[in-house]
Amino acid sequence: MTANGIAQISLYLVTLVLVAVPLAAWLERVGDGRAGPLERAFGPLERAFYRLLGTAADAEQDWRGYAAAVLVFSAFSVLAVFALQELQGALPLNPQGFGAVAADSALNTAVSFVTNTNWQGYGGESTLSYLTQMLGLAVQNFLSAAVGLAVMLALFRGFSRRETATLGNFWVDLTRATLYVLLPLAFVLALALAAQGVVQTFAPYVTATLLEPTVDSASGQPLTGQVIALGPVASQLAIKHLGTNGGGFFNANASHPYENPTALTDFLLVLAQTALPAACALLFGRVTGDRRQGWAILAAMLIVLAVALFAAYAAESAGNPRIAALGVDQQAGDASPGGNLEGKEVRFGIARSALFAVTTTATSCGAVNGMHDSFTPLGGLVPLALMQFSETILGGVGAGMYGMLVFVIVAVFVAGLMVGRTPEYLGKKIEPFEMKMAAIVVLLMPAVVLLPTAVAAVTPAALASLSNPGAHGFAQVLYAFTSMGNNNGSAFAGLNANTPFYNLLGAAVMLLGRFGTIVPVLAIAGSLAAKKTVPAGPGTLPTHTPLFVGFLIGTVVIVGALTFFPVLALGPLVEQLQLAAH
Amino acid sequence: MSRKPHPRFDAALVRQALVDALKKLHPRHQLRNPVMFTVYVGSALTTLLFLQALSGAGEAPAGFILAVTLWLWFTVLFANFAEAMAEGRGKAQAESLRRTRTHARARRLQAPQRGAPQEAVPSDRLRSGDVVLVEAGEIIPGDGEVIEGIASVNESAITGESAPVVRESGGDRSAVTGGTTVLSDWLVVRITANPGESFLDRMIGLVEGAKRQKTPNEIALAILLASLTLIFLLVTATLLPYSRYAVEASGSGQVVPLTVLIALFVCLAPTTIGGLLSAIGIAGMDRMIQANVIATSGRAVEAAGDVDVLLLDKTGTITLGNRQATEFVPAPGVGTERLADAAQLASLADETPEGRSIVVLAKERYGLRGREIHELDAHFVPFTAQTSMSGVDLPGRQIRKGSVEAIERWLRAQGRGLAPLVRDAADAISRQGATPLIVAERGADGGEVLGVVRLKDIVKGGIRERFAELRRMGIRTVMITGDNALTAAAIAAEAGVDDFLAEARPEDKLALIRQLQQEGRLVAMTGDGTNDAPALAQADVAVAMNSGTQAAKEAGNMVDLDSNPTKLIEIVEIGKQLLMTRGALTTFSLANDVAKYFAIIPAAFAATYPALDALNVMALASPRSALMSAVIFNALVIVALIPLALRGVSYKPTGASQMLRTNLLIYGLGGLAVPFVGIKAIDLVLTGLGLV
Amino acid sequence: MLRTWLCACRPAIVALAGLTLLTGLVYPLAVTALAQLLFPHQAGGSLIVVQEHVRGSQLLGQAFTDPGHFWSRPSATAPFPYNAAASGGSNLAPSNPALAAAVAARVQALRDADPGNPRPIPVDLVTASASGLDPHISPAAADYQVERVARARGLAPQQLQALVAAHTEPRVLGVLGEARVNVLALNLALDGLQP
Repeated sequence: MTANGIAQISLYLVTLVLVAVPLAAWLERVGDGRAGPLERAFGPLERAFYRLLGTAADAEQDWRGYAAAVLVFSAFSVLAVFALQELQGALPLNPQGFGAVAADSALNTAVSFVTNTNWQGYGGESTLSYLTQMLGLAVQNFLSAAVGLAVMLALFRGFSRRETATLGNFWVDLTRATLYVLLPLAFVLALALAAQGVVQTFAPYVTATLLEPTVDSASGQPLTGQVIALGPVASQLAIKHLGTNGGGFFNANASHPYENPTALTDFLLVLAQTALPAACALLFGRVTGDRRQGWAILAAMLIVLAVALFAAYAAESAGNPRIAALGVDQQAGDASPGGNLEGKEVRFGIARSALFAVTTTATSCGAVNGMHDSFTPLGGLVPLALMQFSETILGGVGAGMYGMLVFVIVAVFVAGLMVGRTPEYLGKKIEPFEMKMAAIVVLLMPAVVLLPTAVAAVTPAALASLSNPGAHGFAQVLYAFTSMGNNNGSAFAGLNANTPFYNLLGAAVMLLGRFGTIVPVLAIAGSLAAKKTVPAGPGTLPTHTPLFVGFLIGTVVIVGALTFFPVLALGPLVEQLQLAAH
Repeated sequence: MSRKPHPRFDAALVRQALVDALKKLHPRHQLRNPVMFTVYVGSALTTLLFLQALSGAGEAPAGFILAVTLWLWFTVLFANFAEAMAEGRGKAQAESLRRTRTHARARRLQAPQRGAPQEAVPSDRLRSGDVVLVEAGEIIPGDGEVIEGIASVNESAITGESAPVVRESGGDRSAVTGGTTVLSDWLVVRITANPGESFLDRMIGLVEGAKRQKTPNEIALAILLASLTLIFLLVTATLLPYSRYAVEASGSGQVVPLTVLIALFVCLAPTTIGGLLSAIGIAGMDRMIQANVIATSGRAVEAAGDVDVLLLDKTGTITLGNRQATEFVPAPGVGTERLADAAQLASLADETPEGRSIVVLAKERYGLRGREIHELDAHFVPFTAQTSMSGVDLPGRQIRKGSVEAIERWLRAQGRGLAPLVRDAADAISRQGATPLIVAERGADGGEVLGVVRLKDIVKGGIRERFAELRRMGIRTVMITGDNALTAAAIAAEAGVDDFLAEARPEDKLALIRQLQQEGRLVAMTGDGTNDAPALAQADVAVAMNSGTQAAKEAGNMVDLDSNPTKLIEIVEIGKQLLMTRGALTTFSLANDVAKYFAIIPAAFAATYPALDALNVMALASPRSALMSAVIFNALVIVALIPLALRGVSYKPTGASQMLRTNLLIYGLGGLAVPFVGIKAIDLVLTGLGLV
Repeated sequence: MLRTWLCACRPAIVALAGLTLLTGLVYPLAVTALAQLLFPHQAGGSLIVVQEHVRGSQLLGQAFTDPGHFWSRPSATAPFPYNAAASGGSNLAPSNPALAAAVAARVQALRDADPGNPRPIPVDLVTASASGLDPHISPAAADYQVERVARARGLAPQQLQALVAAHTEPRVLGVLGEARVNVLALNLALDGLQP
């Protein structure tokens, strides 16, 4: 670890908070219908759009109606993305002439992008046409994030409203989140990225003449040219990070120099993938009328995030003892990034790679600027563990807050018992129904991670996909299902996941991970909205104090640790111990 | 208040509980507790594995499987024992209550009057609506209401209070409880409860556990525990395929035996809280009985822990039921002694505490001796609701005492008015929280106001401290009184209540409760009169006094046998303790798992991944002793916590945050640390004795 | 219940179509138009054009094995290194023996090309990058190769050191990322030095 590395991580944390504050204010204004100049510009368009939809901006839905709208919309989205991949050969904007994608892969990709997972079994630049990337994937980058925001808003309303059946209108929430939050932010970020060198073009791939010819190891033929993949990357990249999607235009994702050419773009991308989740936490405080509640939740998130950042940074800085044994210099300094540099880019070095890996798995982004598969075992354990905290440490756009609030309910319940009162949060009593729904969400994570991993561990076809031996091979499978189950999308990418086994089981896991959370969350929202709000008294447990923040962190970490300690022990932990003993 | 001596563990109780623990092994009983049912199934499975091992085809040595199996069964039995202990204590309580219920014959009357024809029926056949006659020396056969007669009754069987009380028809002293004894005179009682439905029966059902309905909090906790159990089931079940992969990948060791996985599961599952959950609930009801409170549902007890606002009647609760005369304030031109003399005369025959206190004050201050009414040829005029005055008629003079309004009316009828200075004096007394009693005389030359007697409410000793305690618990107290706002404010300040409702009629009380509930607050109140019944029915926690009317008792959800209105504080504490004990043991149970992982995971994979021995931070001697130590610890901790489950965690009225901090320190951090020490100690013993 | 679901169908289809047009067509076209207008070079791929021939991109590395060139980092792209149409890393775990073997081979190749150099090899020269297209090496890695390149080209090491220094980019804003040397740019400049 170097002073510069620590400075970069600290600078990021401070900037994140500075960005989240005004962003939360903006989100509140959008929610209240006070989006200022944008509202004036797009208001007529918005209202015309509602007429087309056949809904009114003030036609409210109860939780069942809201959930039905989310599910039906998502189902059509999956269909659309699937159809685009199957028909891309006959559609325009396909300069490389790619044909239809295999059905299992296409289904996995469609589900993956609609569920905000953006797990990629395919290589973008070698599989998908520009049209598919734009109309299918980029669109879902917006819409899956907007759906997350909408569900979160519905849950927030559950807390802020009293004795009502309705939670708002999904179509309005979806439209406003896209129009006034995601689009403007993405537009500005895309231009900034393009200025830094991120490509944005519809031109076909270019061939450059190499300085030194090389040899194609497949054909044995000498090569004099370098085919350079291009595309409308900046526009897709901006929303990929802002919407915590993470699906790269290129196979190498944000380590590709065309996606992430400089340390400055890297700084912007890391900030972009965490800004909205952090702002959502603060928004919660604003919406519920007690800003301290938002700060308390953000504090809980950032404390865990900071610990994870420094843990991963330390692990990666330590380097690989087996490479050190070969007389290689892994010492970090001003002239050399040092550390465990396999699968990392020189321009980012160790600190930025750790920063990226931690933020991308804390949120449900899943973009990578380095290959997690090549991280040290402990460095790889940190992203795994963050995902296993099931989208609570920042989490996906919207999804993070509703994931965290489920854990808040569990924490409040146990804490409430311990102070001898029927547990309540923000004046809402936590009763059996809420507990049942929260229990479904808490139970979902181990189910969608542990069961498929167990199936894979005894299925030869699944084990054939492993690219690393021993405990790390196990970790690859574990990482795959952890990532899909949490709608993250990052991978221990050596695993050949583009097989029917991973494509189909993965699609099921992603659907369950996403909607198995959304439906109970909306049910909780509906139940809370119907309740009275109990005024806080001196006997009420305050939920904005450092004590409660600590208790919340403890709940998230203990539930995650108790669930995943054995698998982590059999994966990264034993690998680290073996590596150290070597 | 009297408490019956109540041993926590006596030999007979423990013996009975041991037998009951075995009886509870019936699967139908086990199914009621999902957490312990999984342990039960696990134990059954390892038993089968043991039998398989005996036949020579076992996955591990038979002795090892047997040892694990036995301790798993012990885990189930210990949980059963905890429940049986709580039930046993409850039953003992119930038995002592039930003993009051004789199966003697009752004299049922054909018609609701004393002289009606009688028939003898067993008391447990009496139904609601039956009318019985009870005479001196007989036991009242069931809960009911006096419809005729007046008698002194010994209620010590219920309350432990030996002083007899008066029960009479009409008014607020008409309710009688089955099992109490009539000491003098006779009563005609209309029975109000069917067999098995009396308050006592309901309470007995609650402590015996059989009829105990789960409360919402208990259900929510059960859901949480069930989902945690499922998680651990998933965690341990999937370890089997993982272990298979690990064996293949590392090329050494063997797949983890099922026995080890089942043991790991039982250790991880929240058995500590799961095993003690019903014991905690029963013990809570039991503590209520010890406090001489009968609750009709566990829900009401838990709700007591949530109470935000406590409504208290002023009279009898905050102040002593009787006011005392403390000062004579004469009218201008009237001597104090004359006022005192007239007031004493008017009160000679007045048997109310106020009246007697006037006599006493006049005697103490001015040496005026009490005189006999018949000596004076006096005629006593009792208080009536119409006149709101009382007094005495002497030859040639009439003396009256009463409220300002009543005396003014009386004077106006004679063409006189109230002197402004007297009115001012009366107002001043009101402002100070006392009640002004005007004394006037009508002599030969017409009516004349003599002055004002200050009747002071006496705030009960120590009540202020109790309200301060309630405030620390987060409960707001509201005093309800028929007094005017001035008086009420002064008494409220003296007693230290947070708020008051003055000039309250019964319907005002009801409206206040509704309004508070609308704001989302949980309201508790005590009451005894029939006119309290609607408010009692509306309140979330309604404690009826045992001395109160049957209507009040029916409307409330608890009855305080001691008829002590400040008992609510204890009830609130018991409610809170109940929740806290559950929360604390849940935390403790989960925190325990960390150490168990460190004991079992390295042990289970010792042969496959020797490097994992780095996680064996307790340096346990061998994989087998590590596993056994964790299993034994897990079983023993249930037994160790039975006293805590029965007693409840200690409660001190402090802020919620402080309470959470304290309990987290004890049960959270303690839960983390204790098993490290405990498992290590058991490991040392096992290896020291050469058992593994 | 069924009605709730059917009711959601029309708005779902219309919303999907409308928002697809907006975010999938209008948005990327607007960004493309503006980016091409404002930053045509960057948005086009930062291509290096020498005498109307595209020689590569400033942002993408190329493979070099000639001792007279500075070598880039190893690339794990298939089927040949620095394949800019199929980016990716090796994804070898630190514990994978194949990684240790690959690194050992690279160490050997570097030592063979520069037998007299006793210095430890900077880690970036023997580990594959994440993208397989990393255009940079660390200043230490460039420095490590100076003697070999100078010998192969018959140049003075000092001259090369100056060239490397001129091509060394500091951390962005002095804080972000790492100092680095663009290998393609350095080698192009190196080739330009030849008489």
